[in-house]
Parts: sequence; C-alpha cells; structure tokens
Amino acid sequence: MLSLFAHWQTLKQNPRNAWIAWIALGLLLVALPFLSDWTLGRSWVRILAFVLLYVMLALGLNIVVGFAGLLDLGYVAFFAVGAYLYALLASPHFGIHLPFWVLLPLGALVACVFGVLLGAPTLRLRGDYLAIVTLGFGEIIRIFLNNLNAPINLTNGPQGVNLIDPVSFGDFSLSKSHDLFGINFAPVHNYYYLFLVIALIIIFVGFRLQHSRLGRAWAAIREDEVAAAATGINTRNMKLLAFAMGASFGGVSGGLFAGFQGFVSPESFTLIESVMVLCMVVLGGMGHIPGVIVGAILLVALPEALRYLGPLQQSLFNKVLVDPADLRMLLFGLVLVVMMIFRPSGIWPSPTRQRELTPEDGIANQEKESVYDANR
Amino acid sequence: MDIFLQQIINGLVLGSIYALVALGYSMVYGILGLINFAHGEVVMIGAMIALAMLQALASSSMPIAVIILLSLLVAALVCMALGYAMEKVCYRPLRNAPRLAPLITAIGLSIVLQNIAMIAWGRQFVAFPLQIHATQHAIAGASISDLQILIILVATASAVALLLLVHKTRLGRAMRATAQDHRIAGLMGVNVNTIISVAFVLGSALAAAAGIMIAAYYGLAHYSMGALLGLKAFTAAVLGGIGNLGGAVVGGLLLGLIESLGAGYIGALTGGFLGSHYQDIFAFFVLILVLIFRPSGLLGERVAERA
Repeated sequence: MLSLFAHWQTLKQNPRNAWIAWIALGLLLVALPFLSDWTLGRSWVRILAFVLLYVMLALGLNIVVGFAGLLDLGYVAFFAVGAYLYALLASPHFGIHLPFWVLLPLGALVACVFGVLLGAPTLRLRGDYLAIVTLGFGEIIRIFLNNLNAPINLTNGPQGVNLIDPVSFGDFSLSKSHDLFGINFAPVHNYYYLFLVIALIIIFVGFRLQHSRLGRAWAAIREDEVAAAATGINTRNMKLLAFAMGASFGGVSGGLFAGFQGFVSPESFTLIESVMVLCMVVLGGMGHIPGVIVGAILLVALPEALRYLGPLQQSLFNKVLVDPADLRMLLFGLVLVVMMIFRPSGIWPSPTRQRELTPEDGIANQEKESVYDANR
Repeated sequence: MDIFLQQIINGLVLGSIYALVALGYSMVYGILGLINFAHGEVVMIGAMIALAMLQALASSSMPIAVIILLSLLVAALVCMALGYAMEKVCYRPLRNAPRLAPLITAIGLSIVLQNIAMIAWGRQFVAFPLQIHATQHAIAGASISDLQILIILVATASAVALLLLVHKTRLGRAMRATAQDHRIAGLMGVNVNTIISVAFVLGSALAAAAGIMIAAYYGLAHYSMGALLGLKAFTAAVLGGIGNLGGAVVGGLLLGLIESLGAGYIGALTGGFLGSHYQDIFAFFVLILVLIFRPSGLLGERVAERA
C-alpha cells in the first residue's frame, strides 16, 4: 500500500501522467456502481453510497480536528440535526413537505447555528477537555431526540420518523428507477451519483479552504495558539468558524442521509458514530484530505468486508464458531489499536505533518518531549 | 421529606460507586495525562467475571460469604491483570505519540472489550445469580437496605485505603512525584514505568469492586454497561478536579446526589415537561457547566490552561 502512495507522489510530478490518472479515476468513480452490480452485487452499491456519505462527514470533521486541531467527539450531533431537520420538514409527521433545494441549505444553516452554540462557550477549553464537552453535547442531543415525544410529540421518540420524502428534483424522484441512454438506473444508483457530486464539491471546498488565508490561520492555531494570536489572528472567531463550517458539512450529510434512508431514529446517532467518524479522520491522516478520504473508505468497507467471515469459518471449520456480526466489531477495534501503535500519524499523513512528527535525530526528540511535558 | 431523604440515600449509594470508578480515572490522568476511555469497560469486565464466578460456585457447598469473597478476589485479579496488560501493550508504546493517538487506542480497546464480553456472555442482560435478601431499615420515613449500607462501607474503605496509600507510603510518594514530573521523578530514582503500571493496576482493582457493586445493586449486568458508567465517572473526576484523588471522591458523591435528586424532581420543576428518563442528561450538563466555569474542578488546583 505504501508503494502505491509513493507511486502516486511520482505521478503528480508528471503533468501528462497525472491527467491520465485523474481521468481514469473519474471514469472509475462513474462506472463503480455498475461494476459492483456486476461483481459483488447490488448491496455493495448501497455500501458505496454510504462510503460517500461518510467521506462528507469525515471531511467536515477534518476541518475541526484536522485543520483547526480542536478535538470534537460529538460531531454526530450535527449529523443528527441535519437528518432530523430534513425528516421533520419533509414527512407526514408534521404534514410538511418542503423541497430538497430548500432543505439542504437549511440543514447546513441550522447545523451551523448549533455548531456556534456549542463552540461559543467551550472555546476556552483545549484538548481532552474539549473532547469530553463535545461528547456530552452529542449525548444530550441524542437523549433529547429520544425523549421529546412527550408531552408534545416533536421527534416521535425512539421510534424515529419514517416515510420521509425521497430526494427529488421537480418530478425527477431519485427513489424511482429511470432509463437514461438505454441504461437502467436503480434508485440506489441515483443516490450514488447525487452523493458523488456533493462529495466532490465538499472535497473541492475542503482543498480550497486548506490553502486559503482561513486554512493557514487554522493551521497556525493548531500548531501554537498563543503565537497565532500574537500574529494578529482572531483565534476566537477562527475557532468558531471552524466549528460552524464543520457542523454545516455534517448538517448537509445528515439531510442526505435522511432522504436516502427514508427513516431516521436516535439509534443512528450514538457516540459510536462520532467515534467512527473521528477514527476515519485520525486513521486516514489528520488534516490531509486524501488521507481522510482513504480513512473513510477503509472504515466503511472494512466492517462490511468482515461480514464474509461467516462463510469463511463455515469452510474452515464446517460450522460458524462465532457470529460474524459480533466478530467484525471486535476486529474493527483491534485494527484501531494496532494501527495507532504502529502508525500513530495515520495511513496517509500529509507530508508536512509527517516531517513535523518524525524528528531527524535524538536531540530533536528530546527537545520535543520536554516541551510536551512542560505543556501539561 | 421522606422522598427527599430517600433520593439522598440513593444518590449516596450511586455516588460512592461513581467515586470508585472516578478514582481510577483520576489516578491515571494525574500521572499520565491520559483519559483512559477503556476504564468503564474494566468495570464491566469485573462485574461479568464476578457474576460468572458466582454462577459457577453457587451450587457448591461453600458458605455464601466465602463464595462472594472468592468471586470478588478473582474478578479483582482478572481486572488488575487486564489493567496491567492494557497499559503495557496499548498505552506504553504511544507515550510520545501525538495526543490523539492514545485516545483512539483507548476507544478501540473499549470496542474490543465490549465485543469480547458480548461474545462470551451474549447480548442479553445477565442476572445476578444470588438472591440477596436485603433487609430494609427505616430511617425517618426513608429506607436503606443492607446492600446499600454495604456498598457505602466498602466504597469508603477502599477510597480511604487508596488515599492512605498515596499520601502515607513510600510508593504513594513515588506516585505523587511521577505525577508532578516524570523526568525529575526518574532522576530521583523512581521507576516511572512501574509507578504507571501500579496506577493502572490499582485503578482496575477499584473498577472491579465498583463493577460488582453495581451488578449487585441493580441485580443485572450487561456488556454495554461500562460505557455510560465510565463517562459519568469521568464527569465525577472532572467535577472534583481531575488528578486530585480526594476530588474524585467528592465529585463522585456529588454527581450521584445531583443525578438522583435531579431525576426525582425534574418532573415537578418543569411542570411535567421533562421526566425522570432525562436522568442521564444531568451528568453531561454538570460536566459542561463545570468545564466552562471552573475547568480545574472543585478541589483541583488552578491550572492556567490544560494543553
């Protein structure tokens, strides 16, 4: 896998080959749902759609954790806000049916407001403490969603909201199959392409943000907040902005999730979801967009691939010893632990970050360590 | 009045369990600066092992007291070994890694432990195998059972023992020195690695005790019981001032009281809008308020800003 990345780096240096690689990648992304229909089956198209959804989520969290260095363990709260907003305003629950075009920006906006609400009082906190407060915030949102069915039924409690309107553009509903150019597009294909487009937009925005004045300000805050403030960066506003932007990405993905599933319930927004998204960011390589994308792909696909453990056990031992559903989370946890021990900066860290983290000689290491101690 | 007193008693019982778990968090955080997210799972493993032992021994002819003590001992030993192994395998290699790495490892570890427990004991609740015929004592209109008294006594004894260990013995002095500065403590001849292991082992032993208590108190254990308990205990540790052991005890008791009084009165206070099923929210509100207004906790020393 490492040699592949090295190959990628050399590819980038040759413009013509780089173009060919990009075009090939684009074609692959377009053809992917049909390829997987062919080989692995329809269920994998759905998984691909989820991969894209998690790519969006992970990139949103990457703004907060990777760019600005603020550890957020309650990110799924914004996902939940987006999803519930879509669910409540486009379902028979309240009898409101707003169109997709209104709901998606509205979801981003409302999630953004929640981001500021969480960010404003907690910006003084750093590191682990911030992580715990955001974690508490995520749990509070979930508990409210779970219990706000009495005395006024706002969220329909643990049953969740169902019969949510599918995403549709005018009369073109994504939940029906369409024949275009003689090819039959199933609903799940339609959603895949919608998610692909939005994910690409988010990736583009992410890259532009990273290399903008804003992105540099965030990097400065991440590396040394005091120094950043001294150079004239308004650290409070910048951190709030990071929270708000990350949250609005989460809100957008939440809306898409609600439309895609047609059903939302508090169960989808537990702590483990936040943890999962955080793991995508950290495992992939914090602050490095391609790395984060790889992390999201791996962490969505890995548990799915581990489902095949059942048949494997069957063929090896002639019976299923351990239920694969139980085993796959166990292996997932193990992968997290082992990855962090052997590659703590992620699978594909950004080149500059890696240089910062691997000191050239022992003396630099000593220096780093003592700073680390003094900071605590 | 009797409801008030009853909620106070319930709060104290719950709070003393939180306090035991919080001590483990606080000790590790004080020495390593690490939030050991997997600590709640150690509590769960302790409860599960004790229940399994009780089940295995229930049919034997030994007297009940011996059976209970034996299960306690085995559970504590297993948890201590687990705590030691956790530190050695998962945290030690990451001591100089980026700060997020050990946090992710801890999360991974707690997923692993939960799933091991789920495979071993199943998804359903495991019932406490012994019928504890707890006698109820009436005090001023409220009642307290033998079991509740026992929980409070054992928790107090363990906490006092730990505090004495940390503040009166040579080992405790080494622990306090390590908490202040690893390197200088090392130069003074303290074996820092041993001290860190000791902190994990002691914390795990207390966690095992807490796990057994909570399983006996509710009569149930479940593979996912550790996660929320761990979070609440962490809140307690922060409330008291993380790194401060006395603070962990105070924080645990306070959180228990806040929770049970809150759950008892939230319905009346909000005119029936919010009910007692919001009990779990109190811990998080308390946590957020403490961190915003007094990040160093009630008894913690004022630190400018935690990095």
